[in-house]
Amino acid sequence: MDFFRQTLVIARKDLRAELRTKEAINAALAFSLVILVLFSFAFDPFEKETIEMSGGLLWIVFAFAGTLVLNRSFAREIPNDCLDALIAAPISGSALFLGKALANFVLVISVELVSLPVFGIFYNVHWTTRIWSLLLVLALGTWGFTVIGTIFSALTVNIRLRELMAPLLVYPMLIPVLMSAMKLTMDLIAGKPLGGENEVWLRLMVAFDVIFTSLSLVLLETVLVG
Amino acid sequence: MREKLIYGLGIVAAVLLARNLYSIFMQLPDEASQGMIYRIIFFHVPAAITAMLCASVTLITSVAYLLTKNLRYDAISVAVTEVGLAFLAANLVTGSIWGRIIWGIWWTWDARLTSALVCWLLYAGYLMLRRAIEEPTARARISAVFNIFAFVDVPIVIFSIKWWRTQHPQPVFWGGGKIDPDMYLTAVLNLVALILLAVVLSLIRLRQEEVQREIDSLRRYAHAV
Repeated sequence: MDFFRQTLVIARKDLRAELRTKEAINAALAFSLVILVLFSFAFDPFEKETIEMSGGLLWIVFAFAGTLVLNRSFAREIPNDCLDALIAAPISGSALFLGKALANFVLVISVELVSLPVFGIFYNVHWTTRIWSLLLVLALGTWGFTVIGTIFSALTVNIRLRELMAPLLVYPMLIPVLMSAMKLTMDLIAGKPLGGENEVWLRLMVAFDVIFTSLSLVLLETVLVG
Repeated sequence: MREKLIYGLGIVAAVLLARNLYSIFMQLPDEASQGMIYRIIFFHVPAAITAMLCASVTLITSVAYLLTKNLRYDAISVAVTEVGLAFLAANLVTGSIWGRIIWGIWWTWDARLTSALVCWLLYAGYLMLRRAIEEPTARARISAVFNIFAFVDVPIVIFSIKWWRTQHPQPVFWGGGKIDPDMYLTAVLNLVALILLAVVLSLIRLRQEEVQREIDSLRRYAHAV
């Protein structure tokens, strides 16, 4: 039980710190709007093809905006030696990771839930037709994305060129989960149900979440302490 | 001792490669539907298998480093990753040439090609990550963790042709494929030759890495004095 209590303490601390400043979340929201606008120049928004591939565009927006939140996850602990305090605190590395991942998940998914309707309005996409399946895909995809973002934030926290290295390493690692999320979202927006043809993508996404969550839980202490 | 091993294995690899090249270009006939371009498979498939073996070796040495903290394993990881990356590049390039002739396009975004390219990007990221970290033990630790994460893509590359309907052909050497025994023999012998070559290159790279580390430690020692 202690483990869950510790996890929640970390998650609450991170959420409170973020909600008091709203630095990352405001930046992520503004950035996702900027990318949405940029896409309208790259593709004709009312072209049938654009609507068909809008699921893919949406996840690119999420991936770019989400990284703004995730990259700072451990870096924000560096001032005042907070990271050392967290490492010295009597909690396990896995509780620290899970707490941070949960807080990040809440932040990233709230950015997504705001930009989703905006996206629907600007690109004339009927995303509500299969809303529950879409929310499931959103949750699974975002969790995989959050886990990778959080562990890589820890991995790159102490290295030179952190701002450069983190995206370079994170995006290729994310490709399986992003690809599945894109395919499934495109299918759902087109009105196709989950299962059948696209089940393999759902499985890949769940497997990705399970594998990387377990790896991160095991390895976080190694990453931070050695 | 290692010097002799490098030369010995190198000679065996060279002789075997010469034998295979003779067989591939002089003895084996053209394939019925593809003509002469099918010969690229004798390098394409063994290069892929060698690259995947390299990835598996670095997974083991990375885990071994995290368990033992012995920097030797880290040196092996970087040497083998670099060699594996070269073989994966050979695999991608030969595949692309074959695709240009048979499909008419250099590249297609099916699951096999995409996952192999992602695999290449991940291991290239591993090498870049190493450059960004100065301190040797931190570099070893962080890159070992990254290596374990990167390896998750390897099963996806291998099984992608079973999980998805890909434009990439189904395997000829693995489950269900039919192949002429002479061609099969040459393919297997070429796999052996490329693995030997990978071992030789890794040993040379490992020696270089060890010398590099010795220079670094001497330099640090000189600074301290």
